[in-house]
Amino acid sequence: MGTGAGSGVGTTSFTMPVLGADMESGTVTEWLVGPGDTVHKGDVVAVIDTAKADIDAECLHSGVVEEILVPTGRSVPVGTPLATLRPLPAELRERAGEGGGRPARRERGRTGKAPRGAPTGPLVRRLAQELGVDLAQVTGTGRGGAITRADVQRAAGAEVSRRREPAPPEPVQQERVPQVPVPQVPVPLEPVPLEPVPLEPVSPRPEPVPRPGERARGIRISPYAARLAAELGVAPATIHGTGPGGAIRAVDVRTAHAREVEAPPSEAIREAVLEPMRERPVEAPALPAPRRPAGARDLQAGARDRIAAMRATTARLMARSKREIPHYYLSTTIDLAEALGWLRGRNLELPVEERIVPAAVLLKATALAADRVPEMNGFWRNDRFEPAPEVNLGVAVSVRGGGLITPALLDVAGVPLETLMARLRDLVGRARSGRLRGAELAAGTLTVTNLGDLGVDSVYGVIYPPQVALVGFGRVVERPWAEGGMLGVRPTVTATLSADHRASDGSIGGRFLAEIARLVARPEVPGERGVVG
Amino acid sequence: MTPEEARGVVLAALRQTAPEVDVGKLDPDAPLRETVELDSLDFENFVVQLSEGAGRRIEEDDYPRLATMTECVRFLADGGDR
Repeated sequence: MGTGAGSGVGTTSFTMPVLGADMESGTVTEWLVGPGDTVHKGDVVAVIDTAKADIDAECLHSGVVEEILVPTGRSVPVGTPLATLRPLPAELRERAGEGGGRPARRERGRTGKAPRGAPTGPLVRRLAQELGVDLAQVTGTGRGGAITRADVQRAAGAEVSRRREPAPPEPVQQERVPQVPVPQVPVPLEPVPLEPVPLEPVSPRPEPVPRPGERARGIRISPYAARLAAELGVAPATIHGTGPGGAIRAVDVRTAHAREVEAPPSEAIREAVLEPMRERPVEAPALPAPRRPAGARDLQAGARDRIAAMRATTARLMARSKREIPHYYLSTTIDLAEALGWLRGRNLELPVEERIVPAAVLLKATALAADRVPEMNGFWRNDRFEPAPEVNLGVAVSVRGGGLITPALLDVAGVPLETLMARLRDLVGRARSGRLRGAELAAGTLTVTNLGDLGVDSVYGVIYPPQVALVGFGRVVERPWAEGGMLGVRPTVTATLSADHRASDGSIGGRFLAEIARLVARPEVPGERGVVG
Repeated sequence: MTPEEARGVVLAALRQTAPEVDVGKLDPDAPLRETVELDSLDFENFVVQLSEGAGRRIEEDDYPRLATMTECVRFLADGGDR
């Protein structure tokens, strides 16, 4: 996508992004920019309503907004151009990172005090306001000392890390309160999309090589189109190419996909769900559950339809997973005595609202293990495994009232446990109040499900394609435990791994699970980066 | 704190944590976490609300005494002492 055919030279489009492999269409509920506004790569430019949640969608190009093509309230398929962007004036282009597709994070490390009048975009100001950051106190690292989103996020992060100060309170008690602006925990970098979000003309990572077999069979397909085809589950041989020499372009893949997808359900979902959703107050997503106890309110029609839509997307994605992915399963039981003892001590020192739950320890251990066994962290695409450059941990969150959503904690292998806990709290709160960022939904590289709270001992999950592994944790339960020739009773948890046998073998999966167990069992490892420290 | 005040704090905390549930109709002696479907993060939120409402810190060791609404009310009304 990106450089739109038929538009002016150098004009790009901001298109309806693919926010997760299960998304087919979305609705812009709010435009945050208008014609004439300058936007930078990574800026949130619109709020998009998918079947699952309201998402803050980032623009993947820099430029000046030329025209808004799709008004708010209209549901359109993914890939539909939503707005056109003019290139930035030349002198701004390099700063904006359009020069050679360099990752946005290159802005890190540069310093320089913002001189008076250094350009600060409206979106940066808005972000600063959201995060409660005083721009006068922020050191700009952009060209000419301009303050970037990363600077604001970093400043907000510094704010958060000064925990003992009477900083703005954690939003814990407000997680489900409508319309309370939830302070966003800073995302450490301008999000670099890992999924093939079809907006990016220059991939942040090397393009995957198309299948040799395809070329041998004479099918010409662009790398991106091949990736998209794999993503959407469309066989290249069935696609009619309209590019030069009959080459298959991304647009052809989408056309073919649209033919394959049963139109009635998505049409029905759109009518039944998106229409009522527009009418419902945007800030009131609290959904009653079908199996609520006495005292539950009646389901509203809109909420019921929304649950049905989530059910449908989950159904489609999980069916695809079970159809395509040869799962193998491993499990191990972990002694939690040391970890829980450590947590108990730590939580006695922490303010009540910053208490760390055992799940945070399990997530941190999983992230560290994925960093050390990279074969579990990434995607199966184009008949091969593509490792991901960082660990974005998808967390299965059940939405109150029904449905499942798996937003990701971005780049968590290196963050301290306390920070991970704060981010988890924030992410789960926003997942349930329906305000996630696009990158959080699209960028997961490995998913964790924690059904322990539902009282089961272990969970063997279904992999979230195109990921290659899923880690499950059951409930913490006391079990007889033999160690050193002695029998005792210990708190334990059973960790399971569901992994894609195309991407790895049991020996690697076993190494990964054993690493998680080792890290959880000994949160403090002397002389090594463990879960703690 | 009187039992009546304590009951007000517990109900307010529950409403905040699980806004879709009509807390007035809950069985006060039903196990709270299962009945209202509170996961560990929800329960932490609930405890934060109780702490603020009661004006004092509640430790993790006290969690077993917060299993039902009745127990929560008793716990707050007693000032946490047994």
